Amino acid sequence: MSTTAPAPTPSPGERTDERLLKTSSLRRLLNRPELGSVVGAIAVFVFFAVFADSFVRASSLSTVLYAASTIGIMAVPVALLMIGGEFDLSAGVMVTSSALVSSMFSYQMTANVWVGVLVSLIVTLAIGVFNGVMLTRTDPPSFIITLGTFLMLTGMNLGFTKLISGTVSTKSISDMEGFSSAKDVFASTITVGGVGFKITIVWWLALVAVATWILLRTRVGNWIYAVGGGEEAARAVGVPVDKTKIGLYMGVAFGAWISGQHLLFSFDVVQSGEGVGNELIYIIAAVIGGCLITGGYGSAVGAAVGALIFGMVSKGIVFAEWNPDWFKFFLGVMLLLATLLNHWVRKRAEATK
Amino acid sequence: MTTDANTTAGRAAPERTALVELDDVSKYYGNIRALEGVSLEVHAGEITCVLGDNGAGKSTLIKIIAGRHQHDAGTLRIEGEETRLGSPREALDRGIATVYQDLAVVPLMPVWRNFFLGSEPRKGVAPFRRLDVEHMRRTTHAELLRMGIDLRDVDQPIGTLSGGERQCVAIARAVHFGAKVLVLDEPTAALGVKQSGVVLKYVAAARDAGLGVVLITHNPHHAYLVGDRFVLLKRGTMSGSHTRDGITLDELTRQMAGGSELDDLRHELERGA
Repeated sequence: MSTTAPAPTPSPGERTDERLLKTSSLRRLLNRPELGSVVGAIAVFVFFAVFADSFVRASSLSTVLYAASTIGIMAVPVALLMIGGEFDLSAGVMVTSSALVSSMFSYQMTANVWVGVLVSLIVTLAIGVFNGVMLTRTDPPSFIITLGTFLMLTGMNLGFTKLISGTVSTKSISDMEGFSSAKDVFASTITVGGVGFKITIVWWLALVAVATWILLRTRVGNWIYAVGGGEEAARAVGVPVDKTKIGLYMGVAFGAWISGQHLLFSFDVVQSGEGVGNELIYIIAAVIGGCLITGGYGSAVGAAVGALIFGMVSKGIVFAEWNPDWFKFFLGVMLLLATLLNHWVRKRAEATK
Repeated sequence: MTTDANTTAGRAAPERTALVELDDVSKYYGNIRALEGVSLEVHAGEITCVLGDNGAGKSTLIKIIAGRHQHDAGTLRIEGEETRLGSPREALDRGIATVYQDLAVVPLMPVWRNFFLGSEPRKGVAPFRRLDVEHMRRTTHAELLRMGIDLRDVDQPIGTLSGGERQCVAIARAVHFGAKVLVLDEPTAALGVKQSGVVLKYVAAARDAGLGVVLITHNPHHAYLVGDRFVLLKRGTMSGSHTRDGITLDELTRQMAGGSELDDLRHELERGA
């Protein structure tokens, strides 16, 4: 990590020395936040490939990817939020809220389910805006504010569902207009070479691509890194800090909407108590993927790989015919290793000479 | 001997309009007098040093010039036009860039991203409008080179640079974005002797590039090395204002160190010992 060069090379042209180009691109690769998680993912894959014969079959791959995608759709926007320096503890139950709103609106209004889907999008985004505005207008940390939203949503999910449906789950909407087309979009299966892949995998990969584009190649991406890595410095040079954070919460809400619609259209009925605890799974996936819990560092690809590790471990244990109780143990090990690696990265990056 | 506010400043170049001019400016926080009757001038290609002990009102002064606070009395003129700055953004738009000691940069971000933060150049059309990364990298490298910093890799996190270099990047950034006035808040306070020298060199480079510089410091030696005008603050009021040929380093140091108060202190300590 050389910095200023008192080196006697007054050549104004950049990269006149090819040797420098090579070192810097190698260093760029080593500095990528997702490097640790990619290495971890390969290790996990090899581990289960050795210990579970059925793990490397195409059908198993499809199962693993499906599990990874349902987490990944949320882990990616949650990672962006974490890079922006904030948490969203309401992310897990927001998925359920989104599904409930969609289902109940369509059922009660006997409307085309697409109307419910759109209303749900608006309501879910509004929850995101609420989180963001509450955070930026008041002082308490996002941990507390979204903990409040988490509790309120948990209560409202149960309360409203019982009030409207009389039970803890919604009524079936599978015979309603638009259900099959909505199922095509949110919960269908695409067959490739005789193996069925869930459409959530497509949503997941699309989200990763869009999030990566935003982070690395747009002005907003620059702002996300800046508000997470040095909020006051960002404000001092004119970055719209509050708008960036509200936008990030809306991103999480958008992910919750996709996940919620998937939940609704793959199971037809929604259990109002679901989703509690998932917010931590998204955060864990983002951290395993190389996001710093303090913000300012991380990537969308990393979060996706974190979700993939999640999928591989949860399904790999089943394929290996072990007691699934061990899942949490593996997860804990992965989380610790990832955190230690990230800590080391940050210390190196912040070290002053 | 505590005040000699008969300003010699202004006599130096009466025919030019100052880039920034404070005339008898005061600022109150409730019933606390943070700043009272302070006047200073910043001219293009000159360095105005503001010296004072902790609590002298240096940061209040900086906040007024940077647009973070508004003054309660007196006038603030930018290029001769009386004005009142509403926000840091407005100050930036009027060509006043402020570099703060601690929050100049975002440590984990690459140098080139830091350099353009808040003013990122873009290319392409609406949905695919993107950062002009090549241009950003090249410009960062070239601009830093112009200031005498030869970075081998603009992709390294700026936190890996030394404190002095980080200040220099922030200064280079302000110069590149067309700042006319550069306000530096204690740029050498946390630095060692050698690094302070490096920073002062870039402050001088910015001056030579035609910028007006406000250098806030409590180190009279650093101030005297580069300063053209010196404004001394003490407990919220101006205790002195001098041009370079109106004061010696010894006198500046003496006034800064407390002047007659220091003599009293010496007597007391001698008696005690």
